[in-house]
Amino acid sequence: MRAAKRRAATADRALSRGSAASRSRRAAAPELLERVRRGDQGAVSRALTMVTDEYSGYEAVTRAFFPYHGGSRTIGLCGSPGSGKSSLVNALVARVRKDAETVAVLAVDPSSAYTGGAFLGDRIRVQEHALDEGVFFRSLATRGMVGGLNETIFAAIHVLQAYEAAKGKRGFDWIFIETVGTGQDEVEIVDVVDTVVCVTAPYQGDEFQAMKAGTMEIADVFAVNKADLEEVDKAVANIRDAMSLGPDAEEGAWVVPVHAVSARTKKGVEELLGSIVDHGRHLEETGKLLERRKRQLRKELSLLISRLITRSTLDRVTERHIDLLLDKKSDPLTLGRKLIRGGA
Amino acid sequence: MANKNAYRILIAKPGLDGHDRGAKVIVRSLRDAGFEVIYTGIRQTPEMIARTALQEDVDAVGLSLLSGAHMTLFPKVVDLLRKTGLDDVMVFGGGIIPEEDEAALRKSGVAAVFGPGTPTVRIAEFLKDALETGSWKSSPKKTAKKAAAKKKGRHARR
Repeated sequence: MRAAKRRAATADRALSRGSAASRSRRAAAPELLERVRRGDQGAVSRALTMVTDEYSGYEAVTRAFFPYHGGSRTIGLCGSPGSGKSSLVNALVARVRKDAETVAVLAVDPSSAYTGGAFLGDRIRVQEHALDEGVFFRSLATRGMVGGLNETIFAAIHVLQAYEAAKGKRGFDWIFIETVGTGQDEVEIVDVVDTVVCVTAPYQGDEFQAMKAGTMEIADVFAVNKADLEEVDKAVANIRDAMSLGPDAEEGAWVVPVHAVSARTKKGVEELLGSIVDHGRHLEETGKLLERRKRQLRKELSLLISRLITRSTLDRVTERHIDLLLDKKSDPLTLGRKLIRGGA
Repeated sequence: MANKNAYRILIAKPGLDGHDRGAKVIVRSLRDAGFEVIYTGIRQTPEMIARTALQEDVDAVGLSLLSGAHMTLFPKVVDLLRKTGLDDVMVFGGGIIPEEDEAALRKSGVAAVFGPGTPTVRIAEFLKDALETGSWKSSPKKTAKKAAAKKKGRHARR
């Protein structure tokens, strides 16, 4: 109990790096953009900090990078904790590097709801690529956003899309986004990337689990990881069976492939990447890519609007408002409406 | 509690020893103190640590080492960070570090050394103060003095 109190006390002293010591971390937008365009990964890193931490001046940075949207193939990986998302990212990174393609990874892990702290541990699985200049890896904490992502994810993606590895080559060839280990209902990723890969593993549920709505619905490609385990065939069959229960696919529609893969032995990784590439081609040929890109922009706008409104409103909530509720002198609905309108 | 811009700390284990319970305890305690902590596992080269610090844009790097190679590896990490252009990243260390080595390590740019038995809360407090004030940058001697003053209780068990 005492330890918990002490922890809370330490955390209360708002750990925020927007203070004097961090002033050198800020950088002007035009200079940052120019350096990112030259392929300077230090500038990529600093720009990511600017847009995710929202230091003063971040608006200019966010605006400067926005026009580069659409520059890379964006792939999202979702799945429950421990299904092997990071290890699979590592295997995919190794595979695309064989073709000398460049890749950036944004990996999201949860922030503590109690202290705001986070353990960002996805990087452990990809350290074999730590010295590879063609790979850029950044860990992000959710910082209060539900849905498996970070609120500033789009701004971060645009920074990576502006990066120029070689003259005239815009953006990393690939951007992989790894969501936090998700449960059944975290589907935000579907509005953020071009292709969603759902990662699951043997022993994660029977055919009835596979029939449920939520994350099972958003997959463009299924990867049943840990194919070195015995039950993998059953897990693959469960997902295929569940999908076959729906209406027959229309002519030319994308049929979601289900792959057994092993991030450990690399078995099936080639086929998995093949399906990801196929899905990209399918989007382009059917005109669905434009549809998805529009959906992403709609999501970016709506995230921003709710963020601006929520933040400006929440900033005005004081102890006095909580006391009003405690004393039953007001109710959350009345008070909430008043606060949004700028009153109370 | 959302923490819009938490300090980011990289905990790294350079060298060849595989004992990372200490590093894990530090990761956990800093997480609980409100930091965003990145840990990259055992057996990291100074080059890997510097590149990770660059990509993650961390405020500080904590090095944990039990093999006795700290006099070689700690200064090498500091050097590489500075060569990478990361002048504003503080380096601190811990593990089995003989007291007589601490002064030399501080001279080479390691802001503080925490031995076994240091209460984890003290490390969090040190990081917060040093990063907030930037004291480790402007006057390394002062930081060293402060750390020395705090060292008194360093062998007290948690």
